[in-house]
Amino acid sequence: MGDRPRSTSRDLERYAGLFANRTREMKSSAMRDLMAITERPDVISLAGGQPDTSTFPPESYAGLMSRVAAESTARALQYGPTDGMAAVKDCIVEVMASEDMRVDPDDVLVTTGGQQVIDLMCKTFVDPGDVVVAEAPTYPGAVPSFGSYQADVVQVSMDADGMRIDELEALLERLEREGRRPKFVYTVPSFQNPAGVTMSLERRRRLVAIAHERELLVLEDNPYSLLRYEGEPVPTLQSLDGGNFVVYLGTFSKILSAGIRLGWAVAPAPIIEKMNLGKQGVDLCSSSMTQLFVAEYFRDGRWTDYVASLRELYRRRRDAMLDALAEHFPREAEWTYPQGGMFLWATLPDYIDTTDLLARALQDKVAFVPGRAAYLDGRGGSSMRLNFSGVGEDAIREGIRRIGKVVREQVGLYGTLTGAAPAAPAEQAERAADVIDLSGRRLASSWASLARTQGVGQSSGRPTPEDNAGGGQMPPDGGR
Amino acid sequence: MSRVAVLKGGRSLERQVSLRSGARVEDSLERLGHDVIAIDAGADLVERLRMSRPEVAFVALHGRDGEDGTVQELLELVGVPYTGSGVSACIRSNDKVLAKHAMRDDGIPTPDFYSFTQTAFRELGAAAALPAIEERLEFPIVVKPAGQGSALGIKFAGTAGDVPTALVSAFSYDDKVLLERHVPGRDLAVSVLDGEVLPIVEAVPVGEEFYDFEARYQIGRTEFVCPADLPEAVSAAAQELALRVFELLGLAGFARVDLMLERATDRLFVLEADTIPGLTETSLLPQAADAAGIGFDALIGRIVDGALARATA
Repeated sequence: MGDRPRSTSRDLERYAGLFANRTREMKSSAMRDLMAITERPDVISLAGGQPDTSTFPPESYAGLMSRVAAESTARALQYGPTDGMAAVKDCIVEVMASEDMRVDPDDVLVTTGGQQVIDLMCKTFVDPGDVVVAEAPTYPGAVPSFGSYQADVVQVSMDADGMRIDELEALLERLEREGRRPKFVYTVPSFQNPAGVTMSLERRRRLVAIAHERELLVLEDNPYSLLRYEGEPVPTLQSLDGGNFVVYLGTFSKILSAGIRLGWAVAPAPIIEKMNLGKQGVDLCSSSMTQLFVAEYFRDGRWTDYVASLRELYRRRRDAMLDALAEHFPREAEWTYPQGGMFLWATLPDYIDTTDLLARALQDKVAFVPGRAAYLDGRGGSSMRLNFSGVGEDAIREGIRRIGKVVREQVGLYGTLTGAAPAAPAEQAERAADVIDLSGRRLASSWASLARTQGVGQSSGRPTPEDNAGGGQMPPDGGR
Repeated sequence: MSRVAVLKGGRSLERQVSLRSGARVEDSLERLGHDVIAIDAGADLVERLRMSRPEVAFVALHGRDGEDGTVQELLELVGVPYTGSGVSACIRSNDKVLAKHAMRDDGIPTPDFYSFTQTAFRELGAAAALPAIEERLEFPIVVKPAGQGSALGIKFAGTAGDVPTALVSAFSYDDKVLLERHVPGRDLAVSVLDGEVLPIVEAVPVGEEFYDFEARYQIGRTEFVCPADLPEAVSAAAQELALRVFELLGLAGFARVDLMLERATDRLFVLEADTIPGLTETSLLPQAADAAGIGFDALIGRIVDGALARATA
């Protein structure tokens, strides 16, 4: 062992000179550090994005894995085809058929989680500086993917009916004038992560029509649509498009298991071929072991029973969260009303910074995702994503009560500081809330809240490190 | 060679940074031949210290508990010598308001400031005093939680309208906040090791107006220049101020003193003293030591030896 330490700042500088430019977008951050604290066992975390896998019957899991081990040892331990095993593609065709999508197994690429589809889309289409259009707010886990390919992400506002197509059209016009053609539009149309809203049928039709008119690709990220708790299903963009300009992203993560890391893409043949080549370079193939597990799981045709049980479980949790929000959040707050999925989006008065609020909330052992994680341009500072799938109803009620308490504290403090309202001690405020008729108040809000966080029009321009502060710094939860 | 307990992690907001500091310290101590006991400071801290009976504890905790004297008090009770400053010095330094009062009373230049608790606003009508403060400090005003070591919760208020929002943010971290005159200029850090000042590090934000928490721990967001390119007299004055602060606050072992060199006047102002500065790959103290020819292992070795020497003195 020499005298010289293993890693000094000088060594680090030496490596820093070798890092690719794209790594400037890949970084740890204060928000990631804060998010790490949310994982402490004594914290009620409404920050995660995890499905609840605790209800999967252990004996069923053991039986399936035993059969795979006993009957397919050599195959399970071997490489598989890059595009995925035929038996798994049959399962994917079956899942998509349950949502009225007819696909040819040849157009399917089995991937390592749906997250890999986002990466492969970027790898296939995005050169540094290329425009990718996303929703505002967007799935936080997509942000690092876009960033690592140095995409110029432009975010389009949403309202209760999903992405604002009028705003998208205005953006496309502007980009055309600038001689820039977006490589694709990224959308989570059903029960969007993080906002929880669903794109209306009318907007879906319009988006598909625009895609055809402009020969514009759309990446439809659809992990949640089978988790609908009320209302009628809305056709997917893929089914409306017929497989021309929509690249479809599906995943087993929310309907079976996130741990098996299996998702898929469905796209026109030329695109699938390129993505297949991209995937060869990344991991050759997805896990044979978990693909065989999926094939075995689907064999008895009862996969829909488990999805139905998840729907029931998550619907109760969503309702618990909505009730708790109405009871504990101050009147200044607003939130979305998700008809399915795993998340809702709450917006507080703009004088509350939800990153700072998270630090305060952690003292009371409760956590959420600050809204900035879902933007690349620093917006979302007064919003938060709340997850209702990962913890039980009692924890949801208690977690919302605790967040409500710290929000009330800050609302009261701001009132004191500005003279806008008399200081209301937290307890008193809570008592006051009890005597107000809360039935339906602020539920399915007018979406003024989200519109407010959007500002006016779109944001453009390359994300700077400052803009990106916090953006995409979450663990890839709620992911694909 | 000694049995050294490395205390890291803990429950502060700087937990992750502390885990990185702690891991580096552990590696270094092992290279130096010490017997290392890694302890993530939690509910079993006292029990683990009693069970493992280390000869010395290396406190690599940042923020609450680790830098405010709490853990030092426990170590005193358990009878384990420890690195860095003692209980009272930690309390004085961790509370920026106490530290600034001490400096001002001693004639050490520190930016003008006013401090309030939440109680002052909620029950004593302190909000009515804000306009007078704003007038005296002039905008932009820096609003800080009194007891947060990193840049978390620090906001710039550019106008009177920004002040309440900045205060709400700062109160997320502490019941006491300070409003401080902004000193536009160069951001200097002077590290002190066993009463010896190390070369000055200048933090130069890359394209950003404020050296924030993000930048503090990331490669590429801030450029560090060490030794800072300063006139000799300025360097000497900054180092002398850092030493005065070290002695005034009763610090021991190692510390980092942050200063601003005001652009318009070339005057130096001390912002704060950090009793357990970061020891990560991007931290300033290791950089300063490196510039002085003290490698990381030598730095860690000196810190441990100093703690043992103080214990037997």
